Amino acid sequence: MSSKEQILQKIKQNQPGEVTELPDLNVLGSESFDVLKTYKKVLKSIGGDFAEVADYTQIIDFLKNSYALEKRIITTIPELSEIARLDWQNDDPHSLEDVELTIVKAHFGVAENSALWVTDALLGQRVAPFIAQYLAIIVSKKDIVATMHHAYDRIGNQEYGFGTFIAGPSKTADIEQSLVLGAHGARGLIVFLMD
Amino acid sequence: MSSEKTITHSEAATRFNQDTERVNWHDETLWFVREKRDKSAHQIQDWELLRETASKIKNNVLSNIHDYLVEFEANAQQNGIIVHWAADAKEHNEIVHAIMVKHEVKQIVKSKSMLTEECHLNEYLSQRGIDVIDSDLGERIVQLRKEPPSHIVLPAIHLKKEDVSETFHKHLGTEKGNNDPQYLTEAARLHLRDTFLTRRAALTGVNFAIAETGEFVVCTNEGNADMGAHLADVHIACMGFEKLIPQRKHLGVFLRLLARSATGQPITTFSSHFKKPRDGKEIHIVIVDNGRSTQLGREDFRNSLKCIRCGACMNTCPVYRRSGGHSYHNAVAGPIGAILAPNLDMSKNADLPFASTLCGSCTNVCPVKIDIHDQLYKWRQVLVKEGHTPATKTIAMKTMATVLANPVIFNMAGKSGRFVMKNVPALVNNKMNKWYDQREMPDVPEESFREWYKKNSRESKTDKDEQ
Repeated sequence: MSSKEQILQKIKQNQPGEVTELPDLNVLGSESFDVLKTYKKVLKSIGGDFAEVADYTQIIDFLKNSYALEKRIITTIPELSEIARLDWQNDDPHSLEDVELTIVKAHFGVAENSALWVTDALLGQRVAPFIAQYLAIIVSKKDIVATMHHAYDRIGNQEYGFGTFIAGPSKTADIEQSLVLGAHGARGLIVFLMD
Repeated sequence: MSSEKTITHSEAATRFNQDTERVNWHDETLWFVREKRDKSAHQIQDWELLRETASKIKNNVLSNIHDYLVEFEANAQQNGIIVHWAADAKEHNEIVHAIMVKHEVKQIVKSKSMLTEECHLNEYLSQRGIDVIDSDLGERIVQLRKEPPSHIVLPAIHLKKEDVSETFHKHLGTEKGNNDPQYLTEAARLHLRDTFLTRRAALTGVNFAIAETGEFVVCTNEGNADMGAHLADVHIACMGFEKLIPQRKHLGVFLRLLARSATGQPITTFSSHFKKPRDGKEIHIVIVDNGRSTQLGREDFRNSLKCIRCGACMNTCPVYRRSGGHSYHNAVAGPIGAILAPNLDMSKNADLPFASTLCGSCTNVCPVKIDIHDQLYKWRQVLVKEGHTPATKTIAMKTMATVLANPVIFNMAGKSGRFVMKNVPALVNNKMNKWYDQREMPDVPEESFREWYKKNSRESKTDKDEQ
């Protein structure tokens, strides 16, 4: 008998006789709060930052003032081609090691934890938001949902190969519980909240 | 699992307690994490409802895990993921090794996986000439020191920054005496970045696997699992079969609970959902039993398989905080470790369920409502019945039972006890008697309560008045 058969047989024999019911999830996520205000507050509290912008021109202006534009900047958003490259998406992911800033869009954000949902379709390459020194994510203000329950309602049966929630910059507190931003992923996260 | 002699929890705890200042620091550091958890949990109006819901989902999983596993495998395979099954630690290690041999890879980068600690994968691979590098900062620190992690979420919580500085100076060439966490973290970032860029194989754990979609979720704050997996040709994800949840939407419940319970964060920085491999790359999942199906059959202890590895029970445990993770001599320490470990090896881990005051704090903070302290109590009974407790304890308990069951012997024992404690205290107050390790006994009363009652009760007074 294969290990699979052996394990499954033992599980069948040992699991409880009756299947217990799954709980109703609709009773959750009824908390009411100002989603945009909460989103901003939580993002700040976990080391992220935000800027409210009306259009891509304002994003370009902001980035020109805040980042070293002579370094390598990549994006998947054609509107930002003035300041960032678009031609890296089929390269070897290792070649992205010198990227200073990655700029991508998020499908939506979650107010209670400031997480942003991104998938293959928006990332260009899976490693792009992780390998860059800094990360900028654009999300529409109307696409902020309240809780994770709303987030998964929104995701539904969305098809993706890879998707991730990103909440703030990469961080660690493994040395004496001292919080340090920039563990292995981005050292900083700026979220552009678009009208 | 070997049954070789390990140092018992109480003995290891005694050693840990020799440095009072350090123990106090350890205690306070973990309590600080517990307080962060409280603050975070109290901000969620539905917190208790969330715990109850999570508990019910996990109960459903345990009652239907056979079908969920079959469903998960079929969906994962359809997504292009290669699924392996391992009955025990040995088979798990062999599978991982075989994948590496097939790809002719001699180096692997790992993110945190308590399962691979449980299976002693690092030792197994290094004995076969494979270089394993742990990429979680805390795990890298303890790996360089050749120590196991002392906590499932905070692997280096037992170390002070001076210790880390010393370790990094020795292995990574950092400045001697520079104890700045920012500086030390930066040094690890540079060292591990090179590792991520040069490893063709990456191994991660699994926080949740979804039957409905065949995807799995890995949560980290550092981004190390993603850096490893997205740069490697082969991604191996190892999971105990209890990591399954039925549907994607159930993640909403668990991701709200996990990080808040663990560190008080609203969510981990990254919650990555792996569904399909990149074009031309491979994802392997190793589904491991290693005693879990046995635990599933123990009705009293089955619920321990609901654990989502947040570590809240450790941070709150007065015994864990003052004895340290290493004293549990098991990959998973603390209260949850103490109910999981006897299932793996009853004889080797017989001391662990006794490493508790049964105060119940663990049960109160558990996000999936495992009755941890009840299970600790039940394990004690099983261990005594099966003869796994030390003879001294068994004899003492049996003697106590005889004394308490017989009023005449009880009386005599009381009298002689008081006499001995008063006149020859060295007979009881000595190294043989564990009760005196950290205690001073009160002054011995002149008479027992029974003797006092005989003199002072209403009946005896009435008797006297009548005389």
